[in-house]
Amino acid sequence: MSGLPVPMTELAATATSTGEALQFWVLGTIAVLGGLGTVLMRRAVHSALCLAGTMIILALFYLANGAYFLGVVQIVVYTGAVMMLFLFVLMLVGVSAADSLKETLKGQRWLAAGCGLGLGILLIAGIGQVSVGSFNGLAAANAQGNVPALASLLFTKYVVAFEVVGALLTVAAVGATLLTHRERVEKNKSQREQAIERVRGGKQLPPLPAPGVYARHNAVDRPALLPDGSPAELSVNPTLRSRGQIREVSAEQLARLAAVEQRTAEYHGRSAYPGPKDPGERALERAAADRAEERDDDATERGTEREEEAAK
Amino acid sequence: MSPINYVYLAALLFTIGAAGVLIRRNAIVVFMCIELMLNAANLTLVAFSRMHGNLDGQIMAFFVMVVAAAEVVVGLAIIVMLYRARHSASVDDASLMKL
Repeated sequence: MSGLPVPMTELAATATSTGEALQFWVLGTIAVLGGLGTVLMRRAVHSALCLAGTMIILALFYLANGAYFLGVVQIVVYTGAVMMLFLFVLMLVGVSAADSLKETLKGQRWLAAGCGLGLGILLIAGIGQVSVGSFNGLAAANAQGNVPALASLLFTKYVVAFEVVGALLTVAAVGATLLTHRERVEKNKSQREQAIERVRGGKQLPPLPAPGVYARHNAVDRPALLPDGSPAELSVNPTLRSRGQIREVSAEQLARLAAVEQRTAEYHGRSAYPGPKDPGERALERAAADRAEERDDDATERGTEREEEAAK
Repeated sequence: MSPINYVYLAALLFTIGAAGVLIRRNAIVVFMCIELMLNAANLTLVAFSRMHGNLDGQIMAFFVMVVAAAEVVVGLAIIVMLYRARHSASVDDASLMKL
């Protein structure tokens, strides 16, 4: 804009140059593509990006049409504030939430697309009926500059509307804080209550083991190794665990570990290290041990019962 | 280039936005489509302002922007509240008045 030798007031004048026509066709195409992308993209984040692109192009159109203040406000308010708010809520609500494909009303999508097409045909046919002359140009209106001219209109002719809009903004801000404010229904649990609950529930009492194998990897998706070399599933974040994103400690690595143990054992002249067991095997063993313990308990109970009977 | 081209472009964008409001189920995307429609209306206002040679159209567009900002704030607050209540941002899930 500023690179042109013509003064600002003569821009956006009566006649449209070929440059403006070219700008219109190129940017207009991109704006329509952006609009289509907003509707058709599966993910809401992509839709938001497409919409931001369309809004920036609309800002360029405003600038080309002599609305310098609105062009800047469009970028600052729309692509800056409103779209950021959209993205903020998207992050809050869940980025991956895609549209459900279940149709509550049968054929609603096609009907809606048909309605949209009908509206478009109606609008464009309606505009086709109208004959407009050329631009009158804003040279006279923008003579003292776009912003002073707008301000003098806004604070004289439209001052009541301006005040009402101010009230509307205040009400909207208060309403939004009121809507998103959440009253706490139940008392916050104290640390002591939480500790008691954990003990009663028989959950893990000490802190969970940290992920990563010392001196080799400290990535959070890599489980720590137990003393026998098998991976400790508990050391990986529950989210990663439920997604199945635990990186396996490779068999090769375990074998190398076993070899080191073996060599150490040989050096010290002790019996060879049995090697790491896989978690399934260990679970089986643990279950077997539990069962054996239970059987012992049963046996002692039965023994005491028999003694009691004998005493009778 | 005729000034009517701007109006055609705005009509096209408005239609795309309207179709999006009807087609999409994600409440946030529906909101974005409403924004697209408001922006399309703003483009016609700005083009008309230049066509008539006065700034009233631009003032109208300015008011539309302010009202759109207020609408976005309240609308997104409602979406966040709905999400808290139903754990979904789909407009189909909000078919009941109560939880």
